[in-house]
Amino acid sequence: MTTIAPIQTSGPAAEGRPRPAYRVTGRRVLRAEWAKLWSLRSTWITLGLALLFVVAFGLIASAQYKSRITSGGRMDHDFAAASAVRLSLFGTNFGQLALGVLGVLVTAGEYSTGMIRSTLAAVPKRLPVLWSKAVVYGLVALTVGTAGAFTAFLIGSRIVTGTPAALTISDPGVVRSLLGAGLYLGLVGVIGTALGALLRSVAGGISVLVASLMLIPGLVSLLPTAWQDHIGRYLPSNAGESMFTLHHVANTLTPGTGLLVFLGWTALALAGAAWRLGRTDA
Amino acid sequence: MIEAHQLTKRYGEKTAVDRLDFTVKPGSVTGFLGPNGAGKSTTMRMIVGLDAPTDGSVSVNGRRYAQHSAPLQEVGALLEAKSIHPGRTAFNHLMAQAHTHGIPRRRVDEVIELTGLQSVARKRAGAFSLGMGQRLGIAAALLGDPATIMLDEPVNGLDPEGVRWIRNLLVGLAAEGRTVFVSSHLMSEMALVADHLIVVGRGRLLADTTVEELVRQSGGDTVKVASSDPGRLRELLAAPGVGITGRSGSEELLVTGVTAREIGLKAAEHGIALFELSSRQVSLEEAFMELTRDAVEYHGTTGPGLTGTTDPLAGADPATTSGPLTTTGPDTPGRAA
Ligand SMILES: Nc1ncnc2c1ncn2[C@@H]1O[C@H](COP(=O)(O)OP(=O)(O)O)[C@@H](O)[C@H]1O
Ligand SMILES: [Mg+2]
Repeated sequence: MTTIAPIQTSGPAAEGRPRPAYRVTGRRVLRAEWAKLWSLRSTWITLGLALLFVVAFGLIASAQYKSRITSGGRMDHDFAAASAVRLSLFGTNFGQLALGVLGVLVTAGEYSTGMIRSTLAAVPKRLPVLWSKAVVYGLVALTVGTAGAFTAFLIGSRIVTGTPAALTISDPGVVRSLLGAGLYLGLVGVIGTALGALLRSVAGGISVLVASLMLIPGLVSLLPTAWQDHIGRYLPSNAGESMFTLHHVANTLTPGTGLLVFLGWTALALAGAAWRLGRTDA
Repeated sequence: MIEAHQLTKRYGEKTAVDRLDFTVKPGSVTGFLGPNGAGKSTTMRMIVGLDAPTDGSVSVNGRRYAQHSAPLQEVGALLEAKSIHPGRTAFNHLMAQAHTHGIPRRRVDEVIELTGLQSVARKRAGAFSLGMGQRLGIAAALLGDPATIMLDEPVNGLDPEGVRWIRNLLVGLAAEGRTVFVSSHLMSEMALVADHLIVVGRGRLLADTTVEELVRQSGGDTVKVASSDPGRLRELLAAPGVGITGRSGSEELLVTGVTAREIGLKAAEHGIALFELSSRQVSLEEAFMELTRDAVEYHGTTGPGLTGTTDPLAGADPATTSGPLTTTGPDTPGRAA
């Protein structure tokens, strides 16, 4: 018979040895979520894509505008009235998808893989995990979004110099618009995180995200005009867009109100996520 | 120390855990035994706060798990379901867990070494074999150096080498004075390592006992003896507390309450020739089957884990069982041997 050779797992653990004073704190949960975010390949890939989308589509739009202006080609009204800000922020439409999807993955990915059980075993109070994920990923998305917006504008505005759309960074409202776009993208990231935690499904989270940012505005345009004006501008996508439009036009919100409304939507999504996380079994 | 009071969990109509009362005492290996679907995993998830009890409560070292300021230092748990992101490396997984508690990197390296993961620590966990994944789960459970370790069916699906490793680990943890709470649906497995047994079926507590007690209750060891004069031997062995059965005309007797050694000595003393003398320890399996007979969820389709245990000789004959532990056959150490 073989004798069992016990595996030593540490010193004489349970025998009154002074134990290190470990403790879960808010900062440490933040630190953990930061480490978790960067230790996945999907983070790097998706953030790279987001940056690429924001910059590349902004430049493509600027180049298109420039070539049509110089060739005297036909332009629809919308395009003709564009500014350098508007053109270079064209890519936010695509960047928001990448950043929102990664936000969903940050939370819903834990449920699809089972990682959530490890996460909540370490932080059984639960809510600090949600806040940390939202803060960490929100700041990352904000940084990427802001960097993308400024890059797109700095290059895009050169492409369109000498055209009616020309603007420089020092023109009034330009920096505010670019910062607004970065903030919008950061908040889209937070909303993605919240939706992932609320729905606990990558597919579900992405669907709701795409629906609320892209499909619902289309559906609302089918409503009677009077309704559209009342409801339309408060929708997440429209309120968000107000944050980074250069010139406030009728029937849209001012940048400040747009920000407040969009923050409201973000808070709502987070509240739903917190409710589900706190109330239901993992 | 884990204490459950009237612990109950219902999923809709289904009562997975039904008013369980038990205590896992410090410094012992407590086996949590029950057929598949008995509510073991659910109970363990409630202990670490992943599932909320419908009724009753369970505490760890005097408080609810979530109320501890360093929960990983109180209980380290290896759950049944996968709990690791396959895209993260073993090291990064452990380091992220460590960050939440301020556990130093030194300890992460230590548990990687303890669990023999050095060579794969920088590989993505998704590429791990079942055994390696299990080791990573155990490394995470040990991270906070907790006095209590809880493992849900740790040997399920492992190869003999893995089974052996886990068994050594459990013995090692207990030798260090830790409390080990380990679940299984196989009695044979528990008998090897557990001092104490908590047996459940259909969510109910069926027994809270020790291995010795369970053996005693179920009649202890049986010795089979074939001799030239069974009638005479029967007279010689008869005593209070000794049970003897045997068909008339057969030279075989089944004896309980006396060791094979004593029977052999007695027979030699009186010049009775023995043709066969063997003791068999099957009573643990039988006792378990008896206890859980009514509690097995799906009779007839109890799955590979239980088919073996229906054979009363399961513990003695490796060939008749399909349970993972029996694969080590004669090497099987511990109390059952
Ligand atoms: N999340 C759940 N939803 C519904 N039923 C569940 C859930 N988890 C477990 N059950 C049911 O509860 C019972 C106990 O399951 P479990 O705790 O996994 O048993 P064991 O670990 O002892 O095999 C089973 O009948 C199982 O189907
Ligand atoms: Mg189970």
